[in-house]
Amino acid sequence: MADLVTLTVNGQPLRAAKGTLLIDAAKQAGINIPAFCYYEGLSLQAACRMCLVEVEKTPKLQAACTLPVAEGMVVRTESEQVVKARKTTLEFLLANHPLDCPVCDKGGECELQDMVFRYGAGESRYTEVKHHVDEQQWSPVVYYDGPRCILCYRCVRVCDEGMGVGALGVTNRGASSLIVPNKGDHLDCDECGACIDICPVGALTSGTYRYQTRPWEMEHVGTVCTHCGDGCKTTLGVRNGEIVRGNNRDRSGINGDFLCVKGRYGFDFSSHPERLQSPLMRINGQLQEVSWSAALVAIGQKMPAIKAAGGKIGVVGSSLSTNEENYYLQKFARQGLGTAHIDHQRSGDVAGLIDALAGRTNALATTDELYTAKAVVVIGADLSQQHPFLAYQIRANCRHHQAAVYTITSGPVRETSIAKKAVLAPSESATLSQLRSLAEDLKQHAEVVIVFGDIIKGSLVRELVEFGNSLGVKVKYVCLVDYVNSRGAVDMGVDPRLLPGFKPAPTAGMTLPEMIASPDLAAFWVVGSNPLEKQGLASSNAFIVVQDMFLTETAKRADIVLPSASLYEKNGTVTNGTGQVQRLKKAASVMGAKTDLDILGLAARAIKLDGLGAANAEKIFDEIRSSVRGYNVPLPVIATGGAPLTAPLNGRVDVQPQPELIRSAQDTLFTSGTLGRYSKMLNSVMEAPGKLYGK
Amino acid sequence: MKFSLSTEARLAQLAQNYPPGRLKGAVIPMLMYCQDEVGYITPELAQEVATRCGVSTLEVEEVVGFYTMLRKQRMGKTHLQICTNISCLLTGGEELYEHACKKLGIGHNQVTEDYQISLEEVECIGACSWAPAIQTNYDFHHHVTIEKLDQIIDSLRTK
Ligand code: SF4
Ligand code: SF4
Ligand code: SF4
Ligand code: FES
Ligand code: FES
Repeated sequence: MADLVTLTVNGQPLRAAKGTLLIDAAKQAGINIPAFCYYEGLSLQAACRMCLVEVEKTPKLQAACTLPVAEGMVVRTESEQVVKARKTTLEFLLANHPLDCPVCDKGGECELQDMVFRYGAGESRYTEVKHHVDEQQWSPVVYYDGPRCILCYRCVRVCDEGMGVGALGVTNRGASSLIVPNKGDHLDCDECGACIDICPVGALTSGTYRYQTRPWEMEHVGTVCTHCGDGCKTTLGVRNGEIVRGNNRDRSGINGDFLCVKGRYGFDFSSHPERLQSPLMRINGQLQEVSWSAALVAIGQKMPAIKAAGGKIGVVGSSLSTNEENYYLQKFARQGLGTAHIDHQRSGDVAGLIDALAGRTNALATTDELYTAKAVVVIGADLSQQHPFLAYQIRANCRHHQAAVYTITSGPVRETSIAKKAVLAPSESATLSQLRSLAEDLKQHAEVVIVFGDIIKGSLVRELVEFGNSLGVKVKYVCLVDYVNSRGAVDMGVDPRLLPGFKPAPTAGMTLPEMIASPDLAAFWVVGSNPLEKQGLASSNAFIVVQDMFLTETAKRADIVLPSASLYEKNGTVTNGTGQVQRLKKAASVMGAKTDLDILGLAARAIKLDGLGAANAEKIFDEIRSSVRGYNVPLPVIATGGAPLTAPLNGRVDVQPQPELIRSAQDTLFTSGTLGRYSKMLNSVMEAPGKLYGK
Repeated sequence: MKFSLSTEARLAQLAQNYPPGRLKGAVIPMLMYCQDEVGYITPELAQEVATRCGVSTLEVEEVVGFYTMLRKQRMGKTHLQICTNISCLLTGGEELYEHACKKLGIGHNQVTEDYQISLEEVECIGACSWAPAIQTNYDFHHHVTIEKLDQIIDSLRTK
C-alpha cells in the first residue's frame, strides 16, 4: 500500500497511513502520548504543549498532536528530555491552579491530576500570589471556575464544532485568559453539558452533579437514554439506588460522547417527589392508595367479567417501554384478553416505509451511516431540536467528510447553515416537489440518506421511495419517530393492523382515537402513555387501568393506577428510530414501582390468562429473536452493548395506511412528552420549552 | 447602529478590501474605526460589527477582550499612551509615565473627569530607536522629555 509510511516510536516500528497525526498513530500502536488540548474529532489547537515528543533530526521537541507521520521518522515519547518538558509544562499549569483537589468536583476523574501523578511536578518554584477570579454560574446547567481552567479550549471547540452552537469564547490574553459565555454573564445555548464533560479539569461543572458525591462512590451503569428516538447510550452514575449523574465519557455506544441535555440531565424524573409508589384504586369516586394485592384482586374480578361478557377492551402501549414489554402487552391483549384493539401513539410512518421498500434490502440507514454518507437530505424536521444526536452525526459528517447536506423544512433550522441547499417548503405537497427539484444535485452523490419527519406519511412515503429509486444512486432512509421505543412499539405489533414483525393482523382492531370515541368501550388498559391528556373517553363506564410513573391526566381518570418503573429502572431492549436494537441495564430502583412487564405478568395471573408464557425479559427476548421477523440479531453483539440493525422484512406490509394517525408530538430539545414535565432540570433552563424552526 | 458619513465611507472602503463573504478579516479594523468615532466598544457596537462582518457577537467580544487597543470603557478624547518597555525604560519612560500620572491626577487606564485625556502605560510601541516614545491617539512623539510631555498635555487641554 503506497500510502503507508513506516516510522519508529520508542524503538517499535509502526506503519500508519500518510497524513495520520503522530499522536493517533502512536495510539493505534498502544503508545499513549499525553494530551490536554488534543481531542479526537475536534479541530487541532496545539495549545497545551503536553504532547511534546522527541523526533530525531529535529532540533526542538515537537507537538505530536499536529505532527503528521513521515517516512523514516524516529520518535521517542518518554525520553528524559520529553519527561522534563512535560513536568515543566505541568509546573506552569499548576502555577495558578488551585491546589485543593480534595474538594474539587473533578477530583478522582481529573486529567490534570492524572498527569501530575504520572510526571510529578510536586514542587513549584512559583511563589507569587495566585490570580483569582470568582466562580460564575452561567445557567442552571453550567458553572465556570476560571482559576481551574487550563485553557485547552476543548469546551469552546466542542460547543462550536460538535454542537454547532458556538456559545463559548475566550476573552483576555495569556495567563489572564478566561472562557466566556455568549450572553455576557450567562449562556443561551443547548444546555447539553458537552463542554462540562469534555473539560479535563474541574473548571466547568454541572448544576446537577456538582458537589453531590465523589466519582468512586457511584456505580456506573450503561443504558439507553429514555427520551427521543435516537437511542443514545448514557452512563448513569448511581449512588444508593438513586441516579446522580448521566454522561458517556467512555465514548462507547452509537453516540460516542454525545448526549443532549435530556440524555445527560433529564434523568431526575426518576426521583421526582410525585413518583407513584403505591397502586391507587378509585374508592367512592376518589383515587386512594391500596396494596398491590388489593389492586390485583380488583382487576382479577373486573376483567374476566368484561371478557366473558364480550365487552370491548382497548389496550394502549407505550413508546417508552421495552420491546419485551410491548411484545408481552400485545400477547396479553390479543391472546389473553382476546381483543384486537391495541394501539399506541404513532409518530412516524415506519410501516409505510417498510412497505414501500418491499423487495429492497439494505435500504434503512443506521446512525453510523449519517456520519459516513456522502449526502444527507433532511425533510420536515428541525433535527437539532427534535433529534439532536442525528443532527450531531450529520454535522460531524460535514466537518470530517465534507458531506453534502440538503434541507427541506418549513422554517430555518440549524442544519440550514451547513446545507449545500436549504429550501423552505411551507406545505406537505410543496415538500415533495421541492425534493424533486433537488434530483440533479442528489444524483451527483454515490450514496444518499433521506431522513424524514411525520410530514411524509401514507402515500407520500411511497412517492418518496419512488423518487429515491429514480435517482439511480444508493439511497437509504430514516423514518423519524418521537421516543426511545416508538419504533419498537410498531415492530412489536402494538398496532391494531399489525402483529409483531409487521405481519398483518387477521382482523384489524380499533385505533386509539376509535377506542376513545367508542361509546361502548368496556375496558381501557393504558401502559405508559397519556392518551386522555386533553379528552375523556366517550364511554362513561369503561373500566380504566393505567400503568404509569406519575398521576398523569389519563391516570387521574383511571379506576386503578399501577405505579410503574422508568426505563432507567429495568432491563430489556429498545429499538431506536433507525431500527437498531440495544440493551438496557437497570440503574436505579424506586420503592413501590414495578416494571410494566412485572405488572402485566401479575395482572395476567390475576385475570387467569393462560399461555402467555413467563413475564421474564430474557425469555421474551429469546422469543422475539426467534419469532419476530428481523429481530434475529446476534446476542453477543447485544450483550456487549452493540446496536445491531434489525433486518427489516422484505415483502409488502399489506395493511390499510392510516396517515391521519401519525403525528409527531413536536418535542424540542427541552421537552419530552409527558415525561419531560417531571424533569426539574429540563424545565429550569431559560431556553425551555424551546421552539422549532426558529418560530 | 449608524455612524457618521465619514465613518460609513471609511467602512465601505474597508469592506472592499475583502473578498465577498470573507468580511471576518475586517473585524479588527472595523472595530478600530468605529471606536475612533464612538470612543469605546459598547455592546451595541460589538453587535453591529458582528452583523456587518457576518460573525457572532461572541467572536467580536473575543477580539475586543484580546486587544488592549480596543477598549470597553469610555476613554478620553485623546488617549495618551506612554511606553515603559525596555528601550523607553532605559531612557526615562517610567519617569514620563509617573509625571503624567501626577499631572493628570489619573492612573493606568483611567480618564480625566472631563473625558479629555486618558492614560495608559503600554508595552513597546515599536519606536525604540527614538525612545522614549509616547503616542496620542494615532500620533507618535519621539525623544520625549518631561518638558515636551508638559507641552503635549497642555496643548491637548487647550484644544
Ligand atoms: S452546554 Fe452545550 S451548548 Fe451550552 S455552552 Fe456547553 S457545549 Fe455549548
Ligand atoms: S473550561 Fe475546561 S475545557 Fe474549557 S478551556 Fe478551560 S480547562 Fe479547557
Ligand atoms: S439525542 Fe435523544 S437519545 Fe440522545 S441523549 Fe438526546 S434525547 Fe437522548
Ligand atoms: S495536545 Fe498537543 S499541544 Fe495540546
Ligand atoms: S520599548 Fe518603547 S517603543 Fe519599544
